[in-house]
Amino acid sequence: MTNLFPNIDWMDLLLATGETLYMTLVALVGTLILGTILGLLIYLSAPGNLWENKIIYSITAGFVNIFRAIPFIILIFLILPLTVFLFGTFRGPTAALPALILGSAPFYGRLVEIALREVDHGVIEAAKAMGAKTSTIIFKVLLKESMPALVSGLTVTAIALIGYTAVAGSIGAGGLGDYAYFYGFTRRDMDIVYVCTLLIVIIVFVFQFIGDIITKQIDKR
Amino acid sequence: MIVIDQLSKIFKTNEHELKAVDDLSLSIEKGEIFGVIGYSGAGKSTFIRLINRLEEPTSGTVEIEGQNITGLSKQDLRVKRQEIGMIFQHFNLLWSRTVEENIAFPLEIAGTSKAEINTRVQELIDLVGLTGKEKNYPSQLSGGQKQRVGIARALANKPKVLLCDEATSALDPETTDSILALLVDINEKLGLTIILITHEMHVIQKICHNVAVMEAGRVVEQGNVLEVFSHPKKPVTKKFVEQVMGKPDEELTDDLLIKHISDGHVLKLTFVKETANQAIISEVAKHYDVDINIIQGNIKQTQEGAYGSLYVQMTGDLPAVEQAIQFIRSTSVDVEVISHD
Repeated sequence: MTNLFPNIDWMDLLLATGETLYMTLVALVGTLILGTILGLLIYLSAPGNLWENKIIYSITAGFVNIFRAIPFIILIFLILPLTVFLFGTFRGPTAALPALILGSAPFYGRLVEIALREVDHGVIEAAKAMGAKTSTIIFKVLLKESMPALVSGLTVTAIALIGYTAVAGSIGAGGLGDYAYFYGFTRRDMDIVYVCTLLIVIIVFVFQFIGDIITKQIDKR
Repeated sequence: MIVIDQLSKIFKTNEHELKAVDDLSLSIEKGEIFGVIGYSGAGKSTFIRLINRLEEPTSGTVEIEGQNITGLSKQDLRVKRQEIGMIFQHFNLLWSRTVEENIAFPLEIAGTSKAEINTRVQELIDLVGLTGKEKNYPSQLSGGQKQRVGIARALANKPKVLLCDEATSALDPETTDSILALLVDINEKLGLTIILITHEMHVIQKICHNVAVMEAGRVVEQGNVLEVFSHPKKPVTKKFVEQVMGKPDEELTDDLLIKHISDGHVLKLTFVKETANQAIISEVAKHYDVDINIIQGNIKQTQEGAYGSLYVQMTGDLPAVEQAIQFIRSTSVDVEVISHD
């Protein structure tokens, strides 16, 4: 093992993997919450829907479009002042979270909106005819009926997030990207780069696998 | 009793104005099955949605058992809607819920307790004949079974009215019949008022007591189903009646009859609201010394008896034949002598 990867400090690698998982999972929870809210707001305020409202629609759709247009590496620099204000530093996995969430929530928000649009309008009409409140329609009809699409959308977002954590690593966020860049690439210790790549690929596969199983479980169509 | 008064719905697009429902007035008796028939675009779908305000009326009122639906606040309307069941052409079930969870949904909305929901759901499953399918998901059911879930769901909160929006249009003829039978069954068992819209005349013929014919947002003809069937006035109504009865020129023409049947009397018997029509033929044959040969007939059963006509050839001694005709005339069947030798 040591002969094959002469430059790897296995404790450092373990720590870097832990940081990548930490950033991905915490940012995923933040993305889930913020993205669902954004997706719901866009869907509900769209013309012809439950909360039809031009102002809310323009603001949320505009927010989503702008943040999706900004390349992630630039987004990190753009919100540096916010990160420093919140955490006192821009280094470390926790400091990377605002950028990760702001980068992926608009993306997930779009996926949520698309998933909600796929819910049969007739089912919403049936719920209305039964005298359902809007909150009941949101939680028991819209979100419940679109659950498989929401979960597979979250899987796609999680995988994009893993990629973002590696990008964030290049400015010192920690994690496998950071380890591969500073310890591997800059020192020309390519074995570190290869091992980090392999680990990232494995993490991506695990996320995809779990996502597919859950989607299959809840899809009763 | 449901009273609809001068109800209108106008859809406005940028330059266009479409009167989907135009100054429509109707009254529907408690406990009856009331059918609205029309071609697509006649406004019937909009009309039924105006009753529970899935569409907001532009003007006019809807009153259900003395309560003005059109005047209700959003909050009160939500509660009122729990008393108005509705079923749909495409069933509109929640696919993420099982049969029993789908039926429980309106009860959850009404805030019914868990224990009560369980007993009520089981009652409804038995009522619509889905026993054993409780844990199935809609995707595992046939169209007819899905509509049964829809009906059970619509009945969950013990509504006073059931609105049926093309409820059988997506089903095959056999399944349609079984769903129609179920609707008649619950109408009789629960005394429920049913309003249904359809473009299929046989649905009206089979289960409705009264019918309104819609064209271009207006009711052009209405009344008792038998009355409308036997004396359709408007061209659109005549067309609908032809759907079930066939075109008049498809019936035997008198010329053709006379050409082929030279023997005896040819009679046309017209049945309106006759419930014992089969017995008449056998009674005549038993009590009078005549032979009866059925040439052609077209008789349909409606909720209030049979309607249609029957051509028969009657042979025998003249006095016997005349007596037989006298007898038939004494019942509610009309007799017309087409030819005699």
